[in-house]
Amino acid sequence: MRFELVSPERRLASVDDARAVRIPGADGDLTAMADHAPTITSLRPGILTVEGPNGEESYAVTGGFAEIGAGVTVLAERARHVNDVTQEMFDDWVAEAHRSHADASDDGVDSAAKLLADMVAMGGHIGLNTNQPNL
Amino acid sequence: MPSLKDLKNRIASVKSTRKITKAMQMVAAAKLRRAQDAAEAARPYTERFNAVMGQLASSASGSDTAPKLLRGTGSDQTHLLVVMTAERGLCGGFNANIAKLAKQRADKLVAEGKTVKIITVGKKGRESMRRGYSQYFVDHVDLSDVKRLGYGDASAIAADVLKRFDAGEFDVSTIFYAKFNTVISQDPTAQQIIPAKFDAPEGDAGASTLYDYEPGEEAILADLLPRAVATQIFAALLENGASEQGARMSAMDSATRNAGEMIDKLTIEFNRSRQAVITNELIEIISGAEAL
Repeated sequence: MRFELVSPERRLASVDDARAVRIPGADGDLTAMADHAPTITSLRPGILTVEGPNGEESYAVTGGFAEIGAGVTVLAERARHVNDVTQEMFDDWVAEAHRSHADASDDGVDSAAKLLADMVAMGGHIGLNTNQPNL
Repeated sequence: MPSLKDLKNRIASVKSTRKITKAMQMVAAAKLRRAQDAAEAARPYTERFNAVMGQLASSASGSDTAPKLLRGTGSDQTHLLVVMTAERGLCGGFNANIAKLAKQRADKLVAEGKTVKIITVGKKGRESMRRGYSQYFVDHVDLSDVKRLGYGDASAIAADVLKRFDAGEFDVSTIFYAKFNTVISQDPTAQQIIPAKFDAPEGDAGASTLYDYEPGEEAILADLLPRAVATQIFAALLENGASEQGARMSAMDSATRNAGEMIDKLTIEFNRSRQAVITNELIEIISGAEAL
């Protein structure tokens, strides 16, 4: 199964014989394997993992959608290999999510809050300091 | 007739001008390659994105509940023109051509009794539209500090445009930029971004697959439409970047050539007058000797 991860600025990854792709869909995670039903799902901030012939590769993705057809094409507004995500970068993303949450209109506030929570959770998965108060 | 010294100075100054234009041409060539690479790298995203959007939009556009960004506000009274030009000049007619197209559109809309608002991106476009159109200006985006154009720059512009749309400040939005054809030809282009227009997928290739949508079709559409605005602005900015460098390259190439021609002409003039001076001196010496 062909897998492609594309960001607006460049093509990040292209795997010809991926076995499975774990996608952080807006409604929950899903794993796409060969002959998956054609699906288009929007993404939430999270970790996208590809199982290829050379082992697993994980990417932090935010915003965009995944198209599952003959292959899997993921178009993410921001995508980075997890190893390339720095604390500083992550802090910027969270700050941005905070801002959009603060600016959100009444009917957009729920989705902005979810985006923020997903963003923070993603950082936790990568193993970065999420700067959350300990409750 | 200018003196020998004057001519010499002029030749020297034209020579140094030629050096500058030559250097600018080479810098533009290097930047052009980078801009083209960036535009090339962004193409897969834009293409896939527009293909999926086309599919979604064609199935949703009939419905009354389709998002406003796709359907429009139901009126076309107020138009927002986003005029994207360069931050620097010395690139031939590049900035002027885009501004001209935008001005024509603004004139036409005003003549039809519509309201026009203008956002300028890039200093040069703002300067050339200031006279006569400044009453329409609502905002300006300065990209002069941006070294490498990123998606973030485009999505910031898009966020501003969308905020204005949500606030009901305009009904229709069009972006103006120059499409890159070749180094010597760039087409000023107007492209409507709100309400969104997508090419419907080709009959057999796109429509044959029936997709499941998760969450719903309209939820995805509502999520993606704002991103589509950013994507289109990003693609336009990249095209513009390549066009600017291409235009500058060819402008500087012809400037270099003109300088070369001028140097040749001045050198001939210089040699002639030098010859004239020598001849004069000889005549004076000879006639002086004859007088003795």
